[in-house]
Amino acid sequence: MAQREISMSKPAVGEAGATGQWRNKRPVMDAALCLAAKAGRVTCQFCWVYCPDGCIAQGAGPVIDLTYCKGCGICAEECPADAIQMVPEALHGACELAEGEEVG
Amino acid sequence: MAPETSVMTGNEAAATAARLARVQVIAAYPITPQSPVVEQLAAWVESGELPAEFVAVESEHSAMTVCIGAATVGARTFTATSANGLAYMFEQVWWAPGARLPIVMCIANRAMAAPWNVLNDQQDSMSVRDAGWVQLYCRNNQEILDTTVQAYLIAEKLHLPVMVCYDGFLLSHTMMPVSVPDAEQIDGFLPPFTDPWTIVDPGDPRNIGPVTLADPRNDTEGVAAPGYMEIRALHHRALLEALAVIPAVDSAYHDAVGRSWGGLVWEHLLEDADVVLVAAGSLAMQLTLTAEALREEGIKVGVLGIRAYRPFPIEALRERLVGRSVALVFDKALSYGYEGPICSDLRGCLLGVEGAPPVFGAVCGLGGRDVSLEQLADAARGAVADAAAGMRTRETDWINLHLEG
Repeated sequence: MAQREISMSKPAVGEAGATGQWRNKRPVMDAALCLAAKAGRVTCQFCWVYCPDGCIAQGAGPVIDLTYCKGCGICAEECPADAIQMVPEALHGACELAEGEEVG
Repeated sequence: MAPETSVMTGNEAAATAARLARVQVIAAYPITPQSPVVEQLAAWVESGELPAEFVAVESEHSAMTVCIGAATVGARTFTATSANGLAYMFEQVWWAPGARLPIVMCIANRAMAAPWNVLNDQQDSMSVRDAGWVQLYCRNNQEILDTTVQAYLIAEKLHLPVMVCYDGFLLSHTMMPVSVPDAEQIDGFLPPFTDPWTIVDPGDPRNIGPVTLADPRNDTEGVAAPGYMEIRALHHRALLEALAVIPAVDSAYHDAVGRSWGGLVWEHLLEDADVVLVAAGSLAMQLTLTAEALREEGIKVGVLGIRAYRPFPIEALRERLVGRSVALVFDKALSYGYEGPICSDLRGCLLGVEGAPPVFGAVCGLGGRDVSLEQLADAARGAVADAAAGMRTRETDWINLHLEG
């Protein structure tokens, strides 16, 4: 396959590119609410289970890799403690808000 | 063992070719008029005459999917279908060429529903001409056998799937003498497939056909990976390469077995013809009789048969048509709201070519409607008269159509 005439890749972190660039809302975790963080051990982990892109690492609490997170919001939807909020990227300065525009 | 001649249907010829090609995986779902192909292959698998996996699937979509999976790991695969079965398979009909898998599929050409109809025309395979398969059309049962064997060599040389199309009932269920090559002849012609691009080692896994966005970009190892458009351009390039490979394989088959079929196109009484009748499949065979009859009337008629419809044999057609007074294309299919597909393609490839004849189109035989030699001859006489009257273009002629008003 020296010519690479077909589309083929090795399963690897980032093989589809830095898909975090697609995101317009980012998940922000509140450690004061996260069950694992509060317990100080690897428990719950619903966000890790449900993340369709495998960009959440298990932990107390879990860690979200924003290089690849597309911002789908499933983790926020599934978190039993409502510890994850989806915050528009504009608030983080990834893109400028137009004058007078409000972030909902 | 010397080759032996048997009397068989077109479907048996297709099945026999798959057996001679030593296919390893067969997956198919029954549909008239294709069913006897895979019934025969299933019987041979059951009896042990054909050491292959026969996967009985629940739909044509799954039939092609099984062939895709098997071809991906390097197996030689076969399937066959017709009309609505091909339509049901449509999504995977695109995957196979895009993933560059050398699958061979026979199409026993049948009319598309609605209304329901199991009889012959070529609307089914014509409707997938743009999917990126090689498409070959056969004129008789011997050509079905020989072309299906050839299809594997074409497919495996180019990493492209090949559709072998033959007219439902007119060939699929009609018995003709067919010379069956012996296994040694075919083994010499068609070596085992040893060069798959996609074979998967569980210890070294791959994503095959993953999301491939517009632009080329580096993969995780820093190697530039083509974008979608590059993949498609390479695919197209392989189809164009088939313009040389199809005749070369036909010639190699002649060396091995003693028969060849013209490569991209074939002709009958064409050399001094003023009037050229163009068609694909068994209809073109019928046109040879029309040409002979019209020659007795003093009209110099010849036949140009299309064997390879994709890739479209532009140069082969141009060199055979420049200088003629008129070309009349008979299509057993229609691009609804326009005209017959072969007619459009032929006119397009002659556009602006000096000395090209006017190209007129005729639609016939839809849903198994009979078309007689006399009707074909009338259509040819009409085209001659119109061209003589100076017409360069004309509405599509519908042959043997019975509509009032």
